[in-house]
Formats: sequence, structure tokens, C-alpha cells
Amino acid sequence: MANESGFGGDFPLRSISDCPGTVSEQAGKASACQGCPNQAICASGIAKAPDPAIQEIKEKMASVKHKILVLSGKGGVGKSTFSAHLAHGIASDETKQVALLDVDICGPSIPKIVGLEGEQVHQSGSGWSPVYVEENLGVMSIGFLLSSPDDAVIWRGPKKNGLIKQFLRDVDWGELDYLIVDTPPGTSDEHLSVVQYLSATHVDGAVIITTPQEVSLQDVRKEINFCRKVKLPIIGVVENMSGFVCPKCQHESQIFPPTTGGAMKMCNDLNIPFLGKVPLDPRIGKSCDEGKSFLTEVPDSPATLTFDFDHAYDNLPQRLSVRLHH
Amino acid sequence: MRSRREAPKMEEAAPEKDNLASVDHILLVLSGKGGVGKSTITSELALALRNAGKKVGILDIDLCGPSIPRMLNTLNSAVHQCDAGWVPVYVDKEKTISVMSIGFLLETQDEAVIWRGPKKTALIKQFISDVAWGELDYLIVDTPPGTSDEHISVVESLRRYKPDGAVLVTTPQAVSIGDVRRELTFCKKTGLPVLGIIENMSGFVCPNCSECTNVFSTGGGEALAQESGVPFLGRVPLDPQLTRSLEEGRDFIQAFPESATFDAISNIAQKVLNDVGKPSALDT
Ligand SMILES: Nc1ncnc2c1ncn2[C@@H]1O[C@H](COP(=O)(O)OP(=O)(O)OP(=O)(O)O)[C@@H](O)[C@H]1O
Ligand SMILES: Nc1ncnc2c1ncn2[C@@H]1O[C@H](COP(=O)(O)OP(=O)(O)O)[C@@H](O)[C@H]1O
Ligand SMILES: [Mg+2]
Ligand SMILES: [Mg+2]
Repeated sequence: MANESGFGGDFPLRSISDCPGTVSEQAGKASACQGCPNQAICASGIAKAPDPAIQEIKEKMASVKHKILVLSGKGGVGKSTFSAHLAHGIASDETKQVALLDVDICGPSIPKIVGLEGEQVHQSGSGWSPVYVEENLGVMSIGFLLSSPDDAVIWRGPKKNGLIKQFLRDVDWGELDYLIVDTPPGTSDEHLSVVQYLSATHVDGAVIITTPQEVSLQDVRKEINFCRKVKLPIIGVVENMSGFVCPKCQHESQIFPPTTGGAMKMCNDLNIPFLGKVPLDPRIGKSCDEGKSFLTEVPDSPATLTFDFDHAYDNLPQRLSVRLHH
Repeated sequence: MRSRREAPKMEEAAPEKDNLASVDHILLVLSGKGGVGKSTITSELALALRNAGKKVGILDIDLCGPSIPRMLNTLNSAVHQCDAGWVPVYVDKEKTISVMSIGFLLETQDEAVIWRGPKKTALIKQFISDVAWGELDYLIVDTPPGTSDEHISVVESLRRYKPDGAVLVTTPQAVSIGDVRRELTFCKKTGLPVLGIIENMSGFVCPNCSECTNVFSTGGGEALAQESGVPFLGRVPLDPQLTRSLEEGRDFIQAFPESATFDAISNIAQKVLNDVGKPSALDT
């Protein structure tokens, strides 16, 4: 499909920065939209037309007190690890009802991290039932819908969005104090869909995870701009894998060096809350691989002295709830 | 030099321009998991292949999180247009490494690219058709994690050029292996040959006491390779010097030729050269 310039594609070289985004009032109408392959869709408003599901999701979410998204522009920084431990941390209070929703459709790691790999979702009268880690901690993930660990989910955006809609609308979540949503890296379909489907409900905000090096921070700044664009409040930023303490000699190494000042400096620069640091600890990785909660596995780690790291995870629910004023 | 990539052109209705016609080999760097070192391996492979006298192009299709411009010190470069299409950014004066990334098309580094699938697909198609690579020995494609729009689109657009195959990157722990298992299925289903698996971030040697800690466990990549009957290309240790080099866009291979990491990377590059560099039946 050659266009006038004789090239195969349709993107004018300089339009990318000016794209107003599909949710904007300017969608499809800005000057940068001329020649964009999506212009017709954006201009028609289909991309932002209210989906009836938004209303249904609003009703479903009426019984969910707090909703927290866990985001990062970068992959492998510990979003799922953090989401799972936040859920475990809150659920250690038996009076709290917690749910963990995994919207990483192509790379669902939550089932493994919470020790539910191989479990299947059950259909109940009122929808899909979450799979329970404990009575007060329910989990939903595409991992529970696959028949083997080799199954690849080779899906383009619309199919992923359809499943996310079902997860929010058709799962029998029940009464919840907290719904924690774990996401894949990036600023694309999954992120736009979660935000749009939850747009008629109150979302407390996003916790953003990063590692200390600039290669990761540069993607995280993009995620922060995404939050600002879609008006998602930022609860704060957690710096993960920050410093490694040799288990033999206690020497601390910066495996992922904060060459531009790390997450704390970024937070200062951008004026957003810094929630704390979690060190690179092989036992965290091991707990995840074994599907156990690190909080109960290693309550008295020696790294606590240096890093206060039990507290990095442990106090988080409290610190979050202060911010959520409840 | 005639390239074997002229062959498919004759079967299909030949387009006026074919910017990949003089590209000898195409490799994709894939992983189901994020942050395992795909961009790192892409950059280091490119540098190692340059050291071996090859001309290399890098196509970065991580549209939401492009890392290659920083890792190859081309952050503030811009793409220009010429008769043949978009001129890639050259890393060195000799023009031995050229790069195309969405990073060069953004006004600021912090800008978020908030796009759904169809738009990502359109840009990737354009990257495949419109970048004037010229003659290349290798084109390496760096990808985001997953098995979705970017991956499906790039494999579809490259099909007629018969890519040599994919290098899969993983870290050793089970959480990462699980995702790479799914990526293997993706390769199988889309008919993309798998050149092998690299286990990255395998072991960290304490600079103070030389104790090696397997921060992310060890051996998972090799076990997966064995189990799936795919070549194991090697293990790269967790090395803060490597992280630093990439942060600053320096050539690790030139800076630390004495390190164990250097050995690991050159061995992998050599394997790729031996495997892929074999003249194919269509080459003359
Ligand atoms: N062997 C290693 N030793 C030390 N640091 C490493 C090593 N491999 C990768 N890194 C660092 O880990 C971080 C993640 O690597 P990289 O960006 O290449 O991953 P990726 O798989 O491309 O991630 P994404 O999925 O987000 O694109 C980078 O900061 C990189 O410098
Ligand atoms: N602080 C930490 N110390 C050691 N390993 C960690 C830490 N945080 C995460 N990990 C490990 O790193 C890997 C990537 O984490 P994961 O939560 O899957 O990242 P994401 O969801 O961002 O892709 C997992 O194997 C996890 O166990
Ligand atoms: Mg994850
Ligand atoms: Mg990358």
C-alpha cells in the first residue's frame, strides 16, 4: 500500500510526538492525525465511545473499597513480586478481604508467585470464581485458563482487552477491601483498557515500580506521563533491586547502579511520593519461584539491619492506607 | 554481491523498493519476560559482530520502552528522509552499526507512546519497508516482552525475507523460564526457527570476597534448552560493569576485554556467527 511519497507506510516522519492519544478530545482531529492509519477510528470516537461494560463494571466495583494498580514502563522490575506481596501483606490482617487481578495476558506470573500454578478457574452461578490463596485472598489470572504451561497467548490488542473486560465484569469478586491489579510493562492496550473500564469507578491510584538504573527510569518516566495523561493518581514509586548485600561478607554492591540518582531523585524532580527501597535479595526470587510469601518465609533476614527491608514491604500496606485515608 | 533475499521478490509482485534486499541475515531477540536483557544482548551482539568485521543494523520495535538509543549512545539523534526512505542513525563514523528506533522520532525522552495494537503494527510495518538500511551483514531486531501485536506484526512482515531465526533470552529463575517457555511455543506456531537460548544474569561475584551468589538462581535457561531440544548459547553473569557501560552507551567489549562477561558474550557471538554465518544455499 504505497502512499504518495512512494514509501510503504503511512506515518509522516514527525507526527509521533504530536499524537493526542485515543482518549483525548483531539483524537483523530489534531494536525498530527493527518495520514495516521488510525485517524478514522480515532476521529469517529469509537475508541473513546462509552462501552456499556463500563457501567456494568461500575456496578460490580461498588462493593470494592480500594483499587490499586501496579505499573512500570520497564519489564522485569518486580511488579508481580510487589503486587503479590502487597496482597499478602494486606491479607495478613484477617479482617481484610483482598483480591489480586493479573492483567499481564501474555506473561502471567502471578499464579506461580502465589503458589497456585496449575489451578483452574471455576464457573459459578454469578460468574468466574477467583482462585483462593487463603480465605481472604482471591486471585484471577489468564494462567488459570490455560491448559498447559507451554500455552502461548498469541493475541493482538482487542482480544486482550476483551478478556480484561471479562475479568473486571464477570468475576465473582464479592465484597472487597482491596483490589490490586498487576499489569505488564508498557503504556498500551492493557493499560488503556484497565483505566478505561474502571473510569466510572474510583481508582485510588497507581504504585509504580522501578529498578535504580537509568535504563529503567527512562521507561518509568514515560509511565508517569501516561498516568498524568489518563488522570490516574500516582500513589508513589518503589525502587526495587536496590543494592545487593553479599550473604558471605555483607559487602553491598550496586548491581543495578543508580547512575542518575535512582528513583528518589526522580521522585524529587517530578514531585511524586517515594515509597521506599527493596534490596536485591536472592531469597525474594526463591520465594517467588516456590510460590511462597517472602514475608512469612524470611521474617528475620539479616539484610533488615541495613535495608529495613521487611519494612519496605511490611509497612507498605499501612503507609498506603494512610495515603488512601480510610 | 547477490543476496538470497532477492529470491522471494520474484515470486510476489515485486514492490518498487525493497529496503531489505541487501540484508544478508536477520535475527530476532525475543523473550516472554521483561527486563531479562534483550536490549542488552542486542547491543552487545551488534558490537561483537562489528568487532568481527560485520556491518550490522538494529531495528528496535520496543515502541513503549525503547532502550537501544541510550545503550548505543545515540540518544539525541534524529532520523532523516532520503529517496530510498528513512535514513537510520549511525553509531559510528564508519557507519558499521545503524539503528532505527521510535526513540529517534520522539520530541522528548520522557514522552509516553500510548498506542493500542493497530497503530503499533502500522509503525512496525513501516519500519520494515521504509528504512534505507543499505547493505548489511546482519539485521538484529530487538523486541518488547510478550507474544502480542509487535511480535505477530514483525514476524508477519519479515516472513518473506526468511529470517534466520530468534535468539531467546531468559534469566535463570522459574518465573522467567515460564514466560520463555511460552515464547518457544510462539516461535513454533509462527514457524520462526530458534537459534538458541541465552541465560542472562546468571550468578554475581562479590567484588569484595569473590563469593558467587546466584541472585536469580542458576541453570534454568540451560535446563529449558535441553528439555525443548534447542541449542544453549551460553550464560552471561550479572555484571555491574555491563550495566554501567549500557547506561553510558559505551562499548563494553572494547572497555573490558579481560572480564568473564566479555568471554561469555564473545562466545555467544561466535556461536551465532558460526550458526548463521554459514553461507546459505541461496547465497552465491
Ligand atoms: N548480565 C548483566 N549484568 C548486569 N546487568 C545486566 C545484565 N544484563 C542486563 N543487565 C541490565 O539489566 C537491565 C535490563 O536489561 P534490558 O533493558 O536489556 O532488558 P530487556 O529484556 O530489554 O527489558 P524490556 O523487556 O523492558 O525491554 C539493564 O539495565 C541492563 O543494563
Ligand atoms: N528485590 C528483589 N530481589 C531479588 N529478586 C527479585 C526482587 N524483586 C523481584 N525479584 C525477582 O525478579 C524477577 C522479576 O520480577 P517480576 O515481579 O516477575 O517482574 P515484573 O512483574 O515487573 O516483570 C522475579 O523472578 C522475582 O522473583
Ligand atoms: Mg509481571
Ligand atoms: Mg528492551
